[in-house]
Amino acid sequence: MPLFGKARPGQAATLIKRHTAFSRLWHWVNFACLIILLMSGLQIFNAHPALYWGKDSHFDSPALSIGAERDANGAWQGITRIGGYRFDTTGVLGISGPPDDLERRAFPAWATLPGPRWLSKGRQWHFLAGWIFAPMLTAYLFYLVISGQLKRRLLPRRDEWRHLGETIRDHVRLRFPRGEEARHYNLLQKLTYLLVLLGLLPLVVLTGLTMSPTMDAAWPWLLDAFGGRQSARTLHFICAIGLLAFFLVHLALVMVSGMFNNLRSMITGRYALHPELPPAQPHAPSSALPPQQEPRDD
Amino acid sequence: MTKPTDSGRRRFLTRSLMAGGATLLAGCDALTRSDAMSKLFDASSALTQQAQRLLASRQSLAREFTPADIAPTFRANGTTNPDEEDYRKLAEGGFRDWRLEIGGLVDKPQALSLDELKTMPARTQITRHDCVEGWSCIGQWKGVVLGDLLDRVGVRDQARFVVFHCADRYRGGDAYYESLDMLEAYHPQTQLAYALNGADLPIANGAPLRLRAERQLGYKMAKYVMRIELVESFTHIGRGRGGYWEDRGYNWWAGI
Repeated sequence: MPLFGKARPGQAATLIKRHTAFSRLWHWVNFACLIILLMSGLQIFNAHPALYWGKDSHFDSPALSIGAERDANGAWQGITRIGGYRFDTTGVLGISGPPDDLERRAFPAWATLPGPRWLSKGRQWHFLAGWIFAPMLTAYLFYLVISGQLKRRLLPRRDEWRHLGETIRDHVRLRFPRGEEARHYNLLQKLTYLLVLLGLLPLVVLTGLTMSPTMDAAWPWLLDAFGGRQSARTLHFICAIGLLAFFLVHLALVMVSGMFNNLRSMITGRYALHPELPPAQPHAPSSALPPQQEPRDD
Repeated sequence: MTKPTDSGRRRFLTRSLMAGGATLLAGCDALTRSDAMSKLFDASSALTQQAQRLLASRQSLAREFTPADIAPTFRANGTTNPDEEDYRKLAEGGFRDWRLEIGGLVDKPQALSLDELKTMPARTQITRHDCVEGWSCIGQWKGVVLGDLLDRVGVRDQARFVVFHCADRYRGGDAYYESLDMLEAYHPQTQLAYALNGADLPIANGAPLRLRAERQLGYKMAKYVMRIELVESFTHIGRGRGGYWEDRGYNWWAGI
């Protein structure tokens, strides 16, 4: 079971404190909020399942649309159009549900909150979760900067860029750092977390605010920043898909790089640092071995 | 200290997470309907209203666009052709017999014809209409600034809301109505429009008169307005939540 980062016999793992209490709290509150925001967001999207670019909606030329159409035999098909492309998405997008009770709806009932078509409640969930998510995000970003964690843990050091290729190769092979190397985020982790924390998350909040007519009156620069309300709506959707993609990759990597250890570090803060593997690893070809670990002083 | 080799605990953890997820999904709809959540949702909406009122000043304007931005056809939503007999008769007569009644907590209740409204100072604005469903449409509106009309009838001090009573019964059900508070009613862009894109307001878009509240969502902007009533509270109207859609679970504060 190498998947769980099992300690080798005879080599004790050291427990280190990996995540502060506030980081852990933010992580789980944020996780719950994002699930609610995504599912209620899909419920809201279903009320008008099309995306546009610009100030308003050009109904005959959406950038994306999800609908149902009858095929040559008169049977319903779920059709998703992106730009000029047409995809048959029957069963998931456009038309879904049990075979004897197919429902015409953009996103299926299992993906939306509430399950049935219910725009008003979808909006209620979305804004309630938004009121927890956005202030928590703001607080967390301030915390990262003020506590110095942003600089210490997330901003890449210059020397790290030299190992970019190596880090990518190790990731592709699902070889994760051990020992001292595992004490810090590697470059790919740093870049991903920076993209999410300083890119996708603030952007999803701001594009969301741009859809509010009162916010557009209060902060007209929002409209200029995102090219109009409908562009903002499209960007909001793209950010949500980006966050979902991050979540899935994050989840997969958490599982393959020692799920139990990772989960514990995000619950209790403690993370087991496993000793580095001996240089002669029987199951890996010697040419694929990473170069000697450089000593780190921080 | 838990050992990472403890596979029993790992399995337990995985199963708990999965079972928790399933229960959560099943419980969500029940939770959505619960009184506790309703209270929480109302509190969240009140918070949104207060925050947005804090950020948007009394006078901060919705963006106005150029004639080039006007959509070729302005999308009509909700009722697009009221079939109530009284309304049909008025429409057949070109709304010559239509009168806008203004009453309730006012000093001088009035009934104004369309021509009388058109002689009042008008405002023309090219604005974006945002539907709660998510789409937007840009159109040019011309009409009477609501604040001017309210000054003309003399609003009494007790009045807190302006209620708009409409001719249509959406899907044959309850009469459509909407309400604004005094702050939004006196906003310089809040108007009763009788023209769209340079022509008389079409029936599909609310002829002869519809509300424009440009910092709010589309459902606030009542079409087929017949009567304006100034009230201290709207709890006695409809189901008491301030509007047709509000009575069906949508927020009274439609700034988001």
